[in-house]
Amino acid sequence: MASKAQRAPRSLRLVTSGFIVLWLLIAAFPFVWTLWGSFKVELDFFSIADWTNAITGRNTRETHGSPFTLAGYEGAWVQEEFWRAAINTFVVCFFVVCTSLTIGTLGGYALSRSGFRYTFWLLIIALIFRAMPPITLVAGYLLPFFEWNLWGILPTTIIVLVAINQPFTLWMLHSFFQNIPKELDESAKVDGCTQFQAFRHVIVPVMWPGVITTGLFSFLLAYNDFAVTSMLLSESNRTMVPEIAAFLGTTYTEGNVMFAVAAVVSATAPLFILVMFFQRQIVSGLTAGAVKG
Amino acid sequence: MKHRTFFWFFLPTGLAMLLFIAAPIVSVVMQSMFAPHEAVLKTVENCGPFGCQPETTIDQEATRQLRAEQPLGRFVGLDIYIDRGHLAFSEVAAAWRAADGIGDFLSRLGNLPFYRAMAFTLTYTFVVTPLLIVLGLIIALAVNTLHRRLKGLVIFFSLLPMIVTPLVGSLILFWMIDSRGIIGSFIQWAANDPDLSLKASTGLTWIMLIVYGIWHSAPFAFVVFYAGLQTLPQDQLEAARIDGATRWQQVRFVVVPHLMPLVTFVALIQLMDNFRVFEPIVGFNASAHATSLSWIIFNDLGGETRQLSAASATSVMTIIGVAILLSPVLVRTWRDFKGKH
Repeated sequence: MASKAQRAPRSLRLVTSGFIVLWLLIAAFPFVWTLWGSFKVELDFFSIADWTNAITGRNTRETHGSPFTLAGYEGAWVQEEFWRAAINTFVVCFFVVCTSLTIGTLGGYALSRSGFRYTFWLLIIALIFRAMPPITLVAGYLLPFFEWNLWGILPTTIIVLVAINQPFTLWMLHSFFQNIPKELDESAKVDGCTQFQAFRHVIVPVMWPGVITTGLFSFLLAYNDFAVTSMLLSESNRTMVPEIAAFLGTTYTEGNVMFAVAAVVSATAPLFILVMFFQRQIVSGLTAGAVKG
Repeated sequence: MKHRTFFWFFLPTGLAMLLFIAAPIVSVVMQSMFAPHEAVLKTVENCGPFGCQPETTIDQEATRQLRAEQPLGRFVGLDIYIDRGHLAFSEVAAAWRAADGIGDFLSRLGNLPFYRAMAFTLTYTFVVTPLLIVLGLIIALAVNTLHRRLKGLVIFFSLLPMIVTPLVGSLILFWMIDSRGIIGSFIQWAANDPDLSLKASTGLTWIMLIVYGIWHSAPFAFVVFYAGLQTLPQDQLEAARIDGATRWQQVRFVVVPHLMPLVTFVALIQLMDNFRVFEPIVGFNASAHATSLSWIIFNDLGGETRQLSAASATSVMTIIGVAILLSPVLVRTWRDFKGKH
């Protein structure tokens, strides 16, 4: 589409490509490096003698007979039982996403269909809640949770994460539902549906693109959370991120940093796959709020 | 939609937010005004072979009873806010009297935990935000010139630093800048100083955290600006070209003004997000050189002694800080709403 006159001069194109390559290096190289290094022994991953050891894996070969070793993964997953944390993470994320979407869809739909002034104020309150750093709320949870013996278990954390998720979910779904023409459910109501039937039979079938995008972000919030999960979960119920933080305390003293490296790579892998499959939805979700206002 | 129907639709989500966001905020404000009970003391006459002596001991029974009756503690008003761990009024006044010159006063302030955290939090927020916007804009402009096929791939890799868990992302960088890691060794080699360690000096630690912050948040700015570039008014660009605008002038006078609303949006969001900086401090193990308000809360709440009152007071002050940063957003939303109705 660009005509010849608009084509950038060669020097500018060179600078641009150079910059892109540099940025890709900055953005992706740390992950590639850590993934590669996670199959090495510590002496290679942190090599004082010669940095090329980290690539060739000289010490790894001396210890394990091959330049790649799964020792770090074995240590993390089997010895330190990282699989427990992985299962907990899965449970937490699954229930957070499901609950959050169910109640968020109902609320977001109601907000988009009610023309009264209080919907605006509800959205403003949600915006204020959205801006609260979750860690500032934790001090308020601890006392009642200890009192009622709710501290440390997964359901409590799930409910808290669902609540923290709600403001964002409401905003996303509210603006999404506003783009679905009101005439759709109005006509269903004229035909004798109640509001809920109209929602169930007319809106639900067409809402999935917006719900999936919102669900992705709910998942990311639950998966990436450190402040709430590390404060509200007992040691045996920890999810992956606080578990990694706990590794750091023990591994630096015991000298098996590679466990932590393997755990970090394991925790990054699902996110990698997520971005690969849902890149379009993530981008559209990020820009949804911005382009509108 | 009728009020009744609306109520039932909104009830579950409203209840969740009321119980787990609104109520905790109230409870945090309450807790910040109560301190734990002091132990109840009782004096008993202790009579031995050498006569009777009054002895003061802790009355365990009464203390336990008092704590059970009033679990919040005793009311102390705003005392916690002005104690040494927080606003430290008396220490600040003492520092002001003793200091010779502003520089000395500021360095004395730096010894108080709250002001130390505030200094880093504000520096981080106001250095990272503009830099990430500039970097995001440059990436967006560069990616926009690429071939369509390449764009998807570049966007994929660009998203990674932002999507990855902040703690994990900071750990990955932390291992690389370790003095035995690849970037750490490279910097030692470049500076020709084999003992250089980024972790040992306060200045370098701050720079390291700021670089992490930019790395982590620039993709967000990039994606938003990139989406904005897709709606560039082509006729304006063409008009500018016909008038003889150079490439730089086109960017400066057409593209940037078009993206300005998005720049404001990204800036407002990122100011709030950066203000709560926390995970990188844990990941980089940097608390000796840099602390933030969120980190203080985390530190107070963790460990054996959960200092709820102290953490609550810091939480309230963090909330006030966020509220100040949030106010322009609220004003903007209010204006939009007024415009629509």
